[in-house]
Amino acid sequence: MGILSFLVLIPTLTIIAILFTNDKKQARLVSAIGTGVQLILAGVLVWMYLTERSAGNTAQMLFTQDIMWYPTFNIHYAVGVDGISVAMIALTAVVLFAGIFASWEVEFLNREFFISLILLSSGVFGFFISLDLFTMFLFYELAVIPMYLLIGIWGTGPKEYSAMKLTLMLMGGSAFLLVGILGIYMNSAAAGQPLTFNLIEIAKISIPIEAQRFFFPLTFIGFGVLGALFPLHTWSPDGHASAPTAVSMLHAGVLMKLGGYGCFRVAMYLMPEAAHEMAWIFIILTTISVVYGAYGAIVQKDLKYINAYSSVSHCGLVIFALLMMNKTAMDGAILQMISHGLMTALFFALIGMIYGRTHTRNIYEMGGLMKVIPFLSVVYVIAGLASLGLPGLSGFVAEMTVFVGAFQHADTFHRVATIIVTTSIVVTAVYILRVVGILLLGPIKNEEFNHFKDAKWFEKLSTITLLLMIAAIGLAPLWLSNMIQHSLIPIIQKLAVTTGI
Amino acid sequence: MNLNSFLLMRHEIVLIAVALIILIAEIFTSEQNKGRIRGLAIILFALNTIIGFFPATTGTLFGGMFTTIPLHIVVKNILNIGTLIVLIQSNAWLKTEENSDKFPEFYVLLISTLVGMFYMISAGDFLMFYLGLELATIPLAALVAYDRFRSQSAEGGIKLILSSAFSSGIMLYGISMIYGMYGSIYFDMLSPAMAMNSLTILAFIFFFAGMAFKISLVPFHLWAADVYEGAPVNITSYLSVISKGAAVFILTVILFKVFPTISDLWQKVVWVIAVMTMTIGNLFAIRQQNLKRFIAFSSISQAGFFLLGVIGGNEMGMTAIVYYMLVYIFSNLGVFGVIAIISNKSGKENMDDYNGLYHTNPMLSLTMMLALFSLAGIPPVAGFFGKFFLFTAAAQKGFYILVLIATINTIISLYYYLLIVKAMFINKSENPIPYFKSDFYTKLGLGICIAGLVIVGFASGIWETISKLAFGM
Repeated sequence: MGILSFLVLIPTLTIIAILFTNDKKQARLVSAIGTGVQLILAGVLVWMYLTERSAGNTAQMLFTQDIMWYPTFNIHYAVGVDGISVAMIALTAVVLFAGIFASWEVEFLNREFFISLILLSSGVFGFFISLDLFTMFLFYELAVIPMYLLIGIWGTGPKEYSAMKLTLMLMGGSAFLLVGILGIYMNSAAAGQPLTFNLIEIAKISIPIEAQRFFFPLTFIGFGVLGALFPLHTWSPDGHASAPTAVSMLHAGVLMKLGGYGCFRVAMYLMPEAAHEMAWIFIILTTISVVYGAYGAIVQKDLKYINAYSSVSHCGLVIFALLMMNKTAMDGAILQMISHGLMTALFFALIGMIYGRTHTRNIYEMGGLMKVIPFLSVVYVIAGLASLGLPGLSGFVAEMTVFVGAFQHADTFHRVATIIVTTSIVVTAVYILRVVGILLLGPIKNEEFNHFKDAKWFEKLSTITLLLMIAAIGLAPLWLSNMIQHSLIPIIQKLAVTTGI
Repeated sequence: MNLNSFLLMRHEIVLIAVALIILIAEIFTSEQNKGRIRGLAIILFALNTIIGFFPATTGTLFGGMFTTIPLHIVVKNILNIGTLIVLIQSNAWLKTEENSDKFPEFYVLLISTLVGMFYMISAGDFLMFYLGLELATIPLAALVAYDRFRSQSAEGGIKLILSSAFSSGIMLYGISMIYGMYGSIYFDMLSPAMAMNSLTILAFIFFFAGMAFKISLVPFHLWAADVYEGAPVNITSYLSVISKGAAVFILTVILFKVFPTISDLWQKVVWVIAVMTMTIGNLFAIRQQNLKRFIAFSSISQAGFFLLGVIGGNEMGMTAIVYYMLVYIFSNLGVFGVIAIISNKSGKENMDDYNGLYHTNPMLSLTMMLALFSLAGIPPVAGFFGKFFLFTAAAQKGFYILVLIATINTIISLYYYLLIVKAMFINKSENPIPYFKSDFYTKLGLGICIAGLVIVGFASGIWETISKLAFGM
């Protein structure tokens, strides 16, 4: 059994172990251990991956494992990773680990909470390791559905509405996706070969252009819904605002990346001609996403809404960068996924912790928090700076790469879109600094705030884990960049060959 | 022809034997020991189910009226399993005071309908098919009216018998046209002779309309909700799962075998009916408060999904139908099992009554949730695989738009299934349904369903077995 299967096995075992716990302390301890092991495993995977690569292994996918599952359909349990998946797996493990500690004090039905959360993560891990479209789709849906219960039961505000909206919109996306996948499957046969769901095999042939024109938009939109593609992003602000802390972290931090990842790994990689033909539509939509999300964040009063709109903006940038279809921009897109995943998780964790003290998320009812909870406030500022792209933190590396890549296109359309998207940097600075100013600085608005205690140990652990990763990427982006770049080559080649660029 | 060749009908003969033993046992047991018949019936039926899996001979009987091929045996076994679950689930209900003097009839009636379905499945001509169909329907009407002092139940029985008599009439009219034109009622002789002309089309339409009544496809579905609501819960589950499954199977067989020459035509008809059935069933289900009505409409829309396998018109479609039948048995009987327990113990059948159920009955709620997710096609439970393969079967023939409509419909259905999940897990209630201690049979029935839901999808061998046999069609 390969190392990759353990990524799905460990969450499963953790869930079973939680079932046998007696009280809430045991349950959270077991969850922490399980996700801790998962984090170590992800670390080992990164290390193993880098060693393999430096040893000169140039296979596209490493640590592959292939077990026949349904011979009639040629469905396999096929797993394997390249640098991008490894990076995403590491991101997921970090965010999950931080998320468990951020929800350390969940009281209500706490076992069920951890079970749902870990079940969701196992779907995410499974998605990133899958090479077979069928299992990939299976894990994709598995990652979405626990969301309903997580938001519906443990959420705040109009949670039932938000949970239903989020679930239906995401599953609606997967309805399109399913047709897209079936369409790819039906056109996947190489000469004399049976139909296949295997990504790598399908990439070797080219799907007829007529089929691509029909199935590319279905697949792209299917994944795009999860990547908060305008105008299908509306689940995101409501969903994130209503979700409990750890769920917001995991959802904005990791689940939305499933969308971006799927967009290039499935839609663009397998159907490059259609991707080129239709890119302009989606470039316009993502440009709107980026700018609209940023402006949306300016006018919101609720901390979570601010961050949710900011996620729409940042995830829009991911898909925008992917659609630029050159190496630099795509490299930036992956960096942006990881950077945004860490950043937004940190934001949501902090918002949860602040909310736990102030019991309000309205920024106008708060103020001067820097004086009473300095640790959390400082971390908040750092996260904010990362988000607006300050050099030295992960956000800068990612956005810089994206814009450099996007400017490599010389035609007017791409130039204009890029310039519009670039303005979002300024707007981002506005909403981040506005929140920092109102929330953290200034006089203390409420007498009760003086009694606040600063971060407890588990809160510190949760935030520092994320913060370290953000700083690490910001200061030494090269190791991550190298890991990604090698894996982007086949995708770029596939995209380039078809247009003769 | 010798006695040995009757062994082709082993499934039917064993079933009849079970029914007879129960009848005789009733005569020879005293009033105090009558309760033991329930246990006896379940054991006998379980034995029958096991015997069903023994290797069986295949061939034809009565000059082609009755045929047995491996796929028939698989379908019969699947229906046996489903009926066994229904019998186990209805045990608690049959124990109640009001049923104490009449429960042996329940078994006999139920088994006769199953025998009817078996004959229908194995039919090699329209006559045997029709006989089986009637044998399957008439005892069912009696079962629907089993709660004879409840006016709804009696009403449901009358509605079922009238509408099925009506639909039988329509269907027979279609069959008589076919006989008039081609001079035969044997499936094998009809298919080469069949030609595309207006009378054949008319005959097909009549035949299809009659079958659509039985399967409760839109626009012939209006009887279903009232009958499902009126019938006792366990009968409703039997109606919606077993009898629907058998009817869909035989419809597919006849479409493949008798009408291949006009397949362009019936594919169009099935396309339209499938879209209407899925959509209208779903839209009506959203508005229901009574859970039995709710499931009635949900199973109407599920019948639409079956049609996705029918329209493929190939082995993969056939396999997908049989496979989904198995999945559907576990899913729907899981839902009905929970509804039946709650309805029998507390008399509550409305969705609002389920508020806060998770806090009082966690296991029941979890079972219900898994079963509902399976109906909606959510992984990792079996429904996901069943739906996916049905969609693949339809996509293989290029019906992508139909598949898209179907997947969108699964999302609509997910919405109303989630409403129940929401009631159980999220909503708070002032006076929730109290905790029930379930007896052995109840647990067993739900346990089989859960095991089926979890295992059927991952064990690819089940699909592969059915698939291998379907290629002999």
